[in-house]
Amino acid sequence: MSTTTDSKIRIQLEDFSVTDEIEAMKKVSRNIGGITTFLGTGRELSKGENISQLNFEHYPKMAEKKLAEIREKSIKDFGIIDMSIIHRIGPIEIGENIVLIVAAGEHRGETFKACEWAIAELKRTTPIWKRETTTKGEVWVQATP
Amino acid sequence: MITLKYFASLKSIAEKEEDHLDIENPITLDQLSDIISKTTPKMGEMIREKKVLISINQEMASVDTVIHDGDEVAFLPPFSGGAK
Repeated sequence: MSTTTDSKIRIQLEDFSVTDEIEAMKKVSRNIGGITTFLGTGRELSKGENISQLNFEHYPKMAEKKLAEIREKSIKDFGIIDMSIIHRIGPIEIGENIVLIVAAGEHRGETFKACEWAIAELKRTTPIWKRETTTKGEVWVQATP
Repeated sequence: MITLKYFASLKSIAEKEEDHLDIENPITLDQLSDIISKTTPKMGEMIREKKVLISINQEMASVDTVIHDGDEVAFLPPFSGGAK
């Protein structure tokens, strides 16, 4: 698990600052003219159930590897300048930050596309699982394989 | 020796997070599921019915992937995904 703040790919227990991450990205290049961010946060209601807490588990090494592949492919395929991806693990309260993607490019068009693709790909390919605690107990959230 | 790792919901089904297995020769995923079935029938069934994803050394495995001595085999429930 990486917790270094200068890495563009991080999976960490600690919260992160969206502002700090955007400011760090702006320092990457003077050619950045547009930055798109996606921030995923803890939602209280899921499938009609009230959630009191979320808990994320990941497969160390493989999860980092998949996020690195998503970043590299985003830069190559969409022509953006850079991307950072941060995902939290462990217990997360309602309203807290879960995942952040920051896509920076010369123009906004490619950053919107890269950001949307990256979050969809993250959810499709990255071994990270969510456990929801509701009034009925704890349940692992699963998509259909 | 190969290492078997179980994640998320599969930990309670396998009743363990990690296991080790001695193999004399390379084995297929089918052979591995037969071995696992002997101690954890439900887990073996889920592997055969493709209800879990399998990675070998952090890369997704396919039906014809062969497992060698020293490999790390991970059983992964479908990822959490999420609505658009």
